[in-house]
Amino acid sequence: MAGVARGKAWGTWHGFTIRGKQSWRSIHSDGYSLPDLPYDYSGLEPVISGEIMRLHHTKHHQTYVSNFNKALEELQAATENHDAEAVVALQRAIKFNGGGHINHSIFFKNLAPPSDGGGAPPEGQLATAIQDQFGSLDHLISKMNAEGAAVFGSGWVWLGLNKELRRLVVETTKNQNPLITKGLMPLLGIDVWEHAYYLQYKNARPDYLKNIWKVINWKDVKERYDVNA
Amino acid sequence: MSKETLELHWGKHHRGYVDKLNKQIANTDFERYNLEDLINVSYNNGNPQPIFNNAAQVWNHDFFWDTLRPHGGKEPSGQVLDRITKQFGSYDAFVEDFKHAATTLFGSGWVWLSLKKDTELVVEKSLNAINPLVWDHIPLLSLDIWEHAYYLDFQNERGAYINMFFDNLINWEAVENRLNRAKGFIGLGDIIIPSVESIQEREKRSYYV
Repeated sequence: MAGVARGKAWGTWHGFTIRGKQSWRSIHSDGYSLPDLPYDYSGLEPVISGEIMRLHHTKHHQTYVSNFNKALEELQAATENHDAEAVVALQRAIKFNGGGHINHSIFFKNLAPPSDGGGAPPEGQLATAIQDQFGSLDHLISKMNAEGAAVFGSGWVWLGLNKELRRLVVETTKNQNPLITKGLMPLLGIDVWEHAYYLQYKNARPDYLKNIWKVINWKDVKERYDVNA
Repeated sequence: MSKETLELHWGKHHRGYVDKLNKQIANTDFERYNLEDLINVSYNNGNPQPIFNNAAQVWNHDFFWDTLRPHGGKEPSGQVLDRITKQFGSYDAFVEDFKHAATTLFGSGWVWLSLKKDTELVVEKSLNAINPLVWDHIPLLSLDIWEHAYYLDFQNERGAYINMFFDNLINWEAVENRLNRAKGFIGLGDIIIPSVESIQEREKRSYYV
């Protein structure tokens, strides 16, 4: 075994690499794939147009998935070649594309056609927590709309959960940074990248934010809350 | 670049930055600054003050519109082509570099061809409102990579937008003017290496060899 002579730490790392290689193989053979949209592209109209949903899902989200898989393959190769520089250099693409995949997977499930409960207010413990911590659902919505409108450039506005403190938090992230980078569990995310609304709302991001609440799937948000709180 | 895009981009986005900046600086000391000084001061060495985003975006869009012209694009000529060829090897190599920067910019931002004060030409990218002025570089041309710049015309196809920029829109005359203006700040004169003959001639004349 080549690694052992260098000492315990190296030998251990070498061992990990072998196991790591196998688990990478199983991820690699599956890859990450684009989750199906739970509704028709036109299902969220007139709040979000079918054209936007189709582009958002089949182009933007798909590209994040493809590029994520590509970056992970390159990471596997770099790891096998013990190319530390390449491993570190790839982190940027992994964070961006992986984050894009994570965020959009949550976002599309956070939405639902009105016929399927979209827009119906939250219930249960989540509703109570919102009342307690924000005063009312309307207050929460105002806050998220204000912070979402204020995101400069590309990013997201979130309702997140601080698990330790069991508090709901409104937070924003830049680009495709997943909410977990701020130490919070994502419950509800609203995409404020221009591609999420531009074809329909043009530069009027506040209008997009005002309207999107008509298709927010609070049932899904509640499920995430119940699992994590 | 469609009429609709220009109407929105200039009439709403750019105008919006101008209006917001004016509101922010009203009745403050900032009112007396010129725009470039405003940008450098409010950038605050990387810890930008609230007016920075609006100030920089006003300047960025002013600069961008001047970088474009109808029926523009294609290859530059004269000293611009010379400098690009000298720095990048060829015009095509420069275009490759620029396209790569533009397609790998994650999020919103700009791509620039700038002149550094040591006379090096660089392709550089910046995020959100940041521009090369804050790095003390001299921008020569720019491309807006914020989605609002291309989404109506190209949707997610950023590559097609970049190609269109090179094929149809660049105002090389404006680039040349900026290069000429830069000469007031940087010694862009080429180094003259004396020919071997003239050294020998001089040594012939000298009593002390």
